Amino acid sequence: MPRDRLKTGGDAVAAISDPGFVRPVLLRPIHPLHAILLAFPLPLFLGALLSDLAYWSSFHIQWANFASWLIAGGLLVGGFALLWSLVDLFRLGPARRGRPIVYFVLLLLMWVIGFVNALVHAKDAWATMPEGLVLSAIVTLLALLASWIGYSGFRRGEVA
Amino acid sequence: MMRALVLLGALALALPGCGEGDGGPQQHGANPDLPQPQRGLLPSMTIPRPAGWGDARPVVPQGYKIEAIATDMRIPRQTLVLPNGDILVAEGTGGSAPPLRPKDIIAGYIKSLGKSDVKGGNRLTLLRDADGDGTYETKVTFADNLNAPYGLALVDGAIYVANQDALVRFDYRDGQAEASGPPTTLTALPSAINHHWTKAMTASADGRFLYVGIGSNSNITERGMEAEVDRAMVWQIDVKTGAHKPYASGLRNPTALAIQPGSGQLWAVVNERDEIGPNLVPDYLTSVQEGGFYGWPYSYWGQNVDPRAQPQDPEQVAAAIRPDYALGSHVAALGVAFSQPEMGPEFADGVFVGEHGSWNRNEPVGYKVIFVPFRDGKPAGDPIDFATGFLNEDGDARGRPVGVTVDPRGALIVADDLSNTIWRVTVE
Repeated sequence: MPRDRLKTGGDAVAAISDPGFVRPVLLRPIHPLHAILLAFPLPLFLGALLSDLAYWSSFHIQWANFASWLIAGGLLVGGFALLWSLVDLFRLGPARRGRPIVYFVLLLLMWVIGFVNALVHAKDAWATMPEGLVLSAIVTLLALLASWIGYSGFRRGEVA
Repeated sequence: MMRALVLLGALALALPGCGEGDGGPQQHGANPDLPQPQRGLLPSMTIPRPAGWGDARPVVPQGYKIEAIATDMRIPRQTLVLPNGDILVAEGTGGSAPPLRPKDIIAGYIKSLGKSDVKGGNRLTLLRDADGDGTYETKVTFADNLNAPYGLALVDGAIYVANQDALVRFDYRDGQAEASGPPTTLTALPSAINHHWTKAMTASADGRFLYVGIGSNSNITERGMEAEVDRAMVWQIDVKTGAHKPYASGLRNPTALAIQPGSGQLWAVVNERDEIGPNLVPDYLTSVQEGGFYGWPYSYWGQNVDPRAQPQDPEQVAAAIRPDYALGSHVAALGVAFSQPEMGPEFADGVFVGEHGSWNRNEPVGYKVIFVPFRDGKPAGDPIDFATGFLNEDGDARGRPVGVTVDPRGALIVADDLSNTIWRVTVE
């Protein structure tokens, strides 16, 4: 019997696989559309970071152009994920807002610092360095954390 | 009237222009004050919006008068006065630089707010005042189907036109009002991308060579070093064969060239780099030394290194020549012409400079025609305003000066590419 993940309706049930002790925690995955939106920022911001590293080591300007567009894409789609997480916050009672607030704040930080990074990347040629590289690393880390929490799911009722 | 300024600098993020003040550092002459480079998250931008002249006219010194001798032009840039007094006007808009980054799209839109929405003519228009009364009653198309013509020169019975992609030649007889056919191409000019597309031109005193200014393909190499081959330089082109050689390099955007009467020395006005502050880097007027390197992109005003250009080239930086005369940062000098005694005693010895005006600055500068006095063949003293009033009291632009040409009969011809007017300033 699959003990640690049970399908119950649309909800996933996680259980601690300690024999004799089963404490089911209902973790509902985020809405598929929300998940698709959340799928963009990490790879795009990571791509920007790698492009910045390539520009840093090669001076080849096309890498800086790539980074600019990847950041723009991450901001565009990540902005909708951020909006979704904000709407979800308002749909919850205060008691259930813990992890969703962390998720929202991480997305918000990612977006704001990502926007600053976009402006830094709008500077010409080497003027983006080294600030652009450092910001790209920070934004990638924030996208990773936000994705991790988002994809871990939220307790039943936390996030639709 | 509505104050129609785009003040992006007002955004909270845009700290760069704070406290920039109107005066700024002293930036005229051989030793301009150069502050430290600075740039906030957004560049300072003020785009004076087109306002039209209405009943207003540019303001000229006492004892001079100014008249519009042609209106409804199609983006007039440079002019050439022919031996019989006819005036040729190059009209057009060039450049096909594709946007490479989100920034290029946004900045392109913002800068377009300060330009005329008339389509460039891609033609030469001839203006004629047959009876010499100061009214140019004839306005005909001398040649069309050109490709963003800009530089003009008359050498030995031929009119040379620097299109944005090629140097072409029309045969010319005195008094001709229309070209007798399509031009022949003397040589191709560097035209890939054409971020700075204008091809300024003048002819050597002996008529053997044409000098063509080729602007850089970027502000500061943000389109890659590969895009800068054969850019930011002045070519010397043999009139007979079309063969060329680089005459001087490191000139970011040499937008107008002129030969000094008497000495035969080549001079240029050059537009310097943006986005390192309201008071950097001064545009300049300089004599152009053969084989000289003037800094771009590695450094400015001699050995002031610009770290945005990478990889750097310390040998080139060490060799960079300091220009002769700073005109002020961001004034966008686009026209230069040596004066003649017919222009009146105060303006007899020196050059006129047309300043198109700034965008990368909270407080606009330029938007006027100035006179730089010379003594013993060199710039001497502060510039004098010659034609002002191109910005109105609301900070909108009635016009923007481009090319300036001295008519030996005692007049200065000024092309205005915002109001699409040709102005003529004469001694009263």
